[in-house]
Amino acid sequence: MSTSAPARPFEPDFAAAAKDAVLSGVIALGIFGPLVGLRTTQNMSNQLIVESHWGLVAIIVGIVAVGRFVLRAFVFPRMAMWKAQPKVESTAEPSFLRRNIKTIGLVFLLFYPVIIVSMLGYQQSIKWVDNFGIQILIYVMLGWGLNIVVGLAGLLDLGYVAFYAVGAYSYALLATHFGLSFWILLPLAGILAAMWGIILGFPVLRLRGDYLAIVTLAFGEIIRLVLINWRELTNGSAGISSIPKVDLFGWITFNVADPNYVGKVFGLANSSAYYKIFLYYLILALALLTAFVTIRLRRMPIGRAWEALREDEVACRSLGINTTNTKLTAFAIGAMFGGFAGSFFAARQGFVSPESFVFLESAVIVAIVVLGGMGSMIGVAIAAVAMIGGTEILRELSFLKVVFGSDFNPDLFRMLIFGLAMVTIMVWKPRGFVGQREPTAFLTERKAVSGSLVQEGHG
Amino acid sequence: MPAPSWEKDPVLSVEHVTMRFGGLVAVNDLSFAAGRGDITALIGPNGAGKTTVFNCITGFYKPTQGMLRLQHGDGSTHLLERMADFKISATAKVARTFQNIRLFSGMTVLENLLVAQHNPLMIASGMTVLGLIGFPAYKKAEKRSIEKAKYWLDKINLTDRADDPAGDLPYGAQRRLEIARAMCTSPELLCLDEPAAGLNPRESGELNQLLLDIRKTEGTSLLLIEHDMSVVMEISDHVVVLEYGIKISDGTPAEVKADPRVIAAYLGVDDDEVAEVEEALDVVVEEARQ
Amino acid sequence: MELFLQQFINGVTLGSIYGLIAIGYTMVFGIIGMVNFSHGDVFMVSSFIALIFFLVLTTWLGVASVALALLIVMVISMVLTGLMSWTIERVAYRPLRGSFRLAPLISAIGMSIVLSNFIQVAQGPRNKPVPPMVTESIALWERNGFTVSVSYKQLIIIAVTAVLLACFWFLVQKTSLGRAQRACEQDRKMAALLGINVDRTISLTFVMGAALAAVAGTLFLMYYGVVNFSDGFVPGVKAFTAAVLGGIGSLPGAVLGGLLIGLIETFWSGYFSIDYKDVAAFSILAIVLIFMPQGILGRPEVEKV
Ligand SMILES: Nc1ncnc2c1ncn2[C@@H]1O[C@H](COP(=O)(O)OP(=O)(O)OP(=O)(O)O)[C@@H](O)[C@H]1O
Ligand SMILES: [Mg+2]
Repeated sequence: MSTSAPARPFEPDFAAAAKDAVLSGVIALGIFGPLVGLRTTQNMSNQLIVESHWGLVAIIVGIVAVGRFVLRAFVFPRMAMWKAQPKVESTAEPSFLRRNIKTIGLVFLLFYPVIIVSMLGYQQSIKWVDNFGIQILIYVMLGWGLNIVVGLAGLLDLGYVAFYAVGAYSYALLATHFGLSFWILLPLAGILAAMWGIILGFPVLRLRGDYLAIVTLAFGEIIRLVLINWRELTNGSAGISSIPKVDLFGWITFNVADPNYVGKVFGLANSSAYYKIFLYYLILALALLTAFVTIRLRRMPIGRAWEALREDEVACRSLGINTTNTKLTAFAIGAMFGGFAGSFFAARQGFVSPESFVFLESAVIVAIVVLGGMGSMIGVAIAAVAMIGGTEILRELSFLKVVFGSDFNPDLFRMLIFGLAMVTIMVWKPRGFVGQREPTAFLTERKAVSGSLVQEGHG
Repeated sequence: MPAPSWEKDPVLSVEHVTMRFGGLVAVNDLSFAAGRGDITALIGPNGAGKTTVFNCITGFYKPTQGMLRLQHGDGSTHLLERMADFKISATAKVARTFQNIRLFSGMTVLENLLVAQHNPLMIASGMTVLGLIGFPAYKKAEKRSIEKAKYWLDKINLTDRADDPAGDLPYGAQRRLEIARAMCTSPELLCLDEPAAGLNPRESGELNQLLLDIRKTEGTSLLLIEHDMSVVMEISDHVVVLEYGIKISDGTPAEVKADPRVIAAYLGVDDDEVAEVEEALDVVVEEARQ
Repeated sequence: MELFLQQFINGVTLGSIYGLIAIGYTMVFGIIGMVNFSHGDVFMVSSFIALIFFLVLTTWLGVASVALALLIVMVISMVLTGLMSWTIERVAYRPLRGSFRLAPLISAIGMSIVLSNFIQVAQGPRNKPVPPMVTESIALWERNGFTVSVSYKQLIIIAVTAVLLACFWFLVQKTSLGRAQRACEQDRKMAALLGINVDRTISLTFVMGAALAAVAGTLFLMYYGVVNFSDGFVPGVKAFTAAVLGGIGSLPGAVLGGLLIGLIETFWSGYFSIDYKDVAAFSILAIVLIFMPQGILGRPEVEKV
């Protein structure tokens, strides 16, 4: 590719941009032409035939070419200019919003169902509390749990969903077979998941880098395949249904038939919204517990050892740190929170099947941790809101049907956009949204550590 | 000839240690002793096997053959070749620094020193459990460890940078911090792998003072690998010379300096010249780093 | 004995396909130390490209000779898949080179999600069956009513793989491109100083890996007669297992590993439970990585302190 004249590096070079645009248009045509323009479908007699959609290809190629032209002619020179300018350290106080983001976020989360219900009424609130509130909070919790392993200890775990599955199946099986209460099974599920964390963590202690990632991926898949194939225990792909609901320590329940159904106790009309709101606060409490424990642990020797491990394992050993135990505790504690989240998930859905624990889930959770900025709790929360909330919102964009025709299903594009967002954010901010590290102790002043110094771990 | 002082009360005795990497014999039947309270220098040309000896002492490599015995002042002995690397630091109390600095660069200077006090703090926090529920004993222990960190920060002149990330420090300060971090484990024996490499003469002089001070006030024995002859001659009590994994000389600095085999090992040139060459090299290395 | 022979033939066939995919993993890992997570999906897309052009050739253009159609389709798929892989490297991996180590891996996982979902959106979620293309087979041996046979399909796969590997071997051993690749593997900075265009060498590595995956994709389509947008992940993981088993970074290792994985898989299905065949593959992956991470033909990695 030709470079612009060095004398005026920040001037748009239209000739080069146009050449670039044509080239990328041709490439786009090569890639999208067959895959989009020639669509394979089955005809009446179930034979595969090819339909052409050249209009769509023209649109895509046009977008790519124009987009590339704009990037090359306007965006890149502008970016080069920014880079060339000396960085001005902003000495101004961070804005009110920035300083108090934690408090504001917390208050908002606490009042979120109240706001929604008062705006939309009980029946309409269900979608917003369940699909958005609960869904996002589950991923926030999973992200925070995995953050201990990936973000703090620097051990890349691509099979985290296994522990989520262990938690979910523990609750599902023990509750349906033995009728035990959620409040007994929640800690039990956590312990079981932690045990599995140690069992699976032990063999991978020596592994580093991508190999660790791949082995954990393999473990995750093995657990899922066993869940599918061990039909006597797990009922295979059909899954386990009628998993009992959570109740409030037996005082208040959410089954309409029960004498102490929440509606009867408080004299309210029957609605499934109460249960959703209750679940919302439950997962909020669990997520906050995760956050609280993580923040606490970071300031304790074990948490510092995790981070030191991420920075330099050899140096850790030279300082007398038992890296085996340190890694295993990270695996175990991370897995425990995954187990908590899993049993919550089972109770919320009332149904579990291996479908929910595919590799894609692990990838989504890892993406949330890395996109958020490794080790940063706020970053993980932001990433979960952006990625999960953002893709959930796609389901709501029914007006797109007006644009693209009635058989347009925005849901299909959810994961496509998720993947594109993953790539884009990585390229744009390889360190994630929050690229800074908060120190765990200070003598005179707490100064954030720039992300470029923080190591990403060997494992 | 009377037995040299380091044979009488050795803190570390290396006995017939051999280390092979496949066909390469990096250390060959090496025996020497490091006296308690001494500063012992291990010198030799590049690739002589010095770092390998350190790695055997600190458990990163298991020697193919031989014994490494560490004796504490209270008489307890530890057989290092049988211990896991982290145990060597935790129970045998051997600390080390690395030839290419290994700090926790994304953690602050203070945090680096706190990580070094991991084991006592772990006990104080009741293996995390008691600390997690806010036990006051842990708070106190943490305060004490910050005090200790401060003490070392004062010694290495880095108190004002305590809250900066270690990776941001200039090279010389990183070297000093690594020494302070090792000292925070309260070692009986401190092994330093080329602590003066890349330092300018002033920093090098300060380093000498720091090492002498550590010996005097902490009573720690020192074992150091050094290329800079001025450092070796100035502060060490005892010098061991390696070449191709074999010990070619062992004695006081004056004895070693006069040993014809040592002179031959250093390309037949005088020690002073070697020092000059080394210094010139160090300057180049320092420049390359910036 | 008959079952054994039959499974052996089936295993070698399957193993050839895995081996072709595994080369892409091994080359990319060798040169930039990255697990190219999207490679399995690149393979899947190549299979779709082959499917589309096969249909175009046979139904629209009326090409009667299946052999000719397959040959054309394979070449087109190699070119287009190579182009796609070049673009992916350019857009999603190159900007991340030399930055944070996890970033390219996450980007690759993202790319893998993009590819499979893109195909789902563009081509629909259903299985895509094509009528059997090559049906003849040769009976090799018959006893007790059990026939050991090798089908033409299998012969084609084994022959194409063998020929391609020979060409490929020549390419990386004897040409300047191969030399540049090996230089970049050793030391990228030094290679750049010596005037090797490192970016281009890496791009070409991706393109070559993708082209071989496209061959595998075409053969896969011919062999099974059906593809689906989700068919990238499991063959991808198995091929990666093959690459690791053979010793990652080693080309003969990738082929050897592919054959072994193919054999293990078919024998497992033949003698044990077909349900657990993927469990077996994943277990092998874990066991190999844990106990012999250098693989069969790879060099052990030493960590110096
Ligand atoms: N893990 C290892 N595997 C193989 N060979 C090794 C290993 N570690 C060290 N060696 C080899 O052992 C020999 C001695 O190396 P060592 O690092 O101990 O030398 P040194 O005396 O510290 O040299 P320098 O002054 O350059 O630091 C060298 O030839 C080195 O290549
Ligand atoms: Mg050395």
